[in-house]
Amino acid sequence: MLPARKPAGLDASLKQSFGKGVFRKCDGCGETLTAERLAATFEVCEHCGRHHKLSTRRWLELLLDEGSFHAWDADLVPTDPLGFEDGKRYPDRISAAQKKSGWKDAICTGHGTMFDRPVAFGVFIFEFLGGSMGSVVGEKITRMFERAIAERLPVILLSASGGARMQEGILSLMQMAKTVSARERLRDARLPFISVSLNPTTGGVAASFALLGDVNIAEPGALIGFAGQRVIEATIRQTLPEGFQRAEFLKDHGMIDRIVPRTEMKREFERICALLHCPTV
Amino acid sequence: MAFVLPFEKPIADLIGRVRELRAVAVLRGPEGLDDDGDDPIEAELKALEGRAKDLAKEIFADLTPWQKVQLSRHPARPYTLDYVSRLITDFTELAGDRRFAEDESLIAGLGRFEGRPVAVLGHQKGRGAKDNVRRNFGMPHPEGYRKALRIYELADRFRLPILTFIDTPGAYPGIGAEERGQSEAIGACLAAMARAGVPIIATIIGEGGSGGALALGVANEVFVLEYGTYSVITPEGCASILWKDGSKADRAAAQMRMTADELFGLGVVDGVVEEPAGGAHHDVDATADAIRATLRGSLDRLSSLTPHALADHRYARFRRLGTFVDSAV
Ligand SMILES: [Zn+2]
Repeated sequence: MLPARKPAGLDASLKQSFGKGVFRKCDGCGETLTAERLAATFEVCEHCGRHHKLSTRRWLELLLDEGSFHAWDADLVPTDPLGFEDGKRYPDRISAAQKKSGWKDAICTGHGTMFDRPVAFGVFIFEFLGGSMGSVVGEKITRMFERAIAERLPVILLSASGGARMQEGILSLMQMAKTVSARERLRDARLPFISVSLNPTTGGVAASFALLGDVNIAEPGALIGFAGQRVIEATIRQTLPEGFQRAEFLKDHGMIDRIVPRTEMKREFERICALLHCPTV
Repeated sequence: MAFVLPFEKPIADLIGRVRELRAVAVLRGPEGLDDDGDDPIEAELKALEGRAKDLAKEIFADLTPWQKVQLSRHPARPYTLDYVSRLITDFTELAGDRRFAEDESLIAGLGRFEGRPVAVLGHQKGRGAKDNVRRNFGMPHPEGYRKALRIYELADRFRLPILTFIDTPGAYPGIGAEERGQSEAIGACLAAMARAGVPIIATIIGEGGSGGALALGVANEVFVLEYGTYSVITPEGCASILWKDGSKADRAAAQMRMTADELFGLGVVDGVVEEPAGGAHHDVDATADAIRATLRGSLDRLSSLTPHALADHRYARFRRLGTFVDSAV
């Protein structure tokens, strides 16, 4: 029940196309790679291991058993509670984002299996307004936790978000409280929550559920933090150290359990769920 | 009053004249009385004071959202400890997060509210440059939030209602704050508040800046002072992201609907506490009295609920915040 959409989202870093194939430069090492080859490795550079953005469709393909995914609450759409206009009306921004991404808001949640193990699964859609968390995202995450409790499922949630959605103002901030409250109910139900921080996971998403996993996983090189780097630089009037707020930095500082390449995630998640005694039904 | 906002000036001028007249009245002896033994200066003073109040009401009735933001940050505005000293007896401050440091931008303690033991938490801004260094302008590091976390758990264990006072531009954005897990520290506060089996009542007394404010805001009932604000980002931050121009903060303030009446309309706060004419800084005692009445009412409503029901009540309160449409229906 995936919405119709254009082919896998490679266009953001599309650099050049010549001859028959489409070529792209790796953002990490600068090596020229064919789009075909990158697609085969789920957008991970074979030379330097750089993880480029992966489309939502391909995340589902990578992590869930084929054909096992069933979306939850796929028809929730945002409204414009503040009448927000910043040169462009918020409803127009939503329409543009929906057209561009093929999704109704910035998260996809649902039920699927990982090596036959049923899980509640969610992944942020970064190309939809920077994966920002407004009312729809908050509601879908909350419902995902609530359904996981009702159906006794572990929750695996992949975050990729700039934080709260400014155009929904204070109601976006309230989604932090709402999602964390639901996460705590999952805790009481003794069901695992594996929180995965993709690039980037910042602001109101980082400061709510993203670092409250029973196990916190990050993708290599992912930017994870509370404040934006420009804000910090402007506040302290210093340039930031190399690698600041990257996944490795967070692991060094005790905030992340494991840094896992995306192609190893499925095995990893399944193993953790098994170790946390989550029944396979 | 040392600091005066441009729109406060007519009020400040009038109040200044009242002060001068009072000084004259004090110096002058009984020969100033008229034939009936009344004091004409005293009568004029009363009239002037009345006019100052009317003028304040008139001016404040038409404040823009941006002017209200400026009031919420007014340097003379009462801060958490100004209210704690008026509302809480036996106040016993508790320091430190037991992990790394004491953070004085967020104060915590035990005390009594109208005789009943409570836990108290609040952001604390400084008055003047030196005090603001100590208080870090009311912007906590992770240690502040981990102190709060400790208090949430302590209060839950000893069944103490928790009163929080929100007044921060936001959690501090710095290298050390990130190294020590600002995100996790705030997230953990939201979680602890969500879990607590005691009444939690939050009052936004000044600025409610983003996640750093929400870490004290997951309450059963949330109130805001008439000139308090609550927003997902500062208007300056919003303007600099949207228009690459922080000076358009006035426009951002209007767009974000961050003033008390807007917050009430959105269901984000449960009530607005009226401030004295001219704002809380014109009469701290009266403002504290108004907060006291609000807290008393709230505690009365919540006290009969069981620990479980209190957590459920809080869950339901935040569960319904947000707007969306199910397009399949
Ligand atoms: Zn590379």
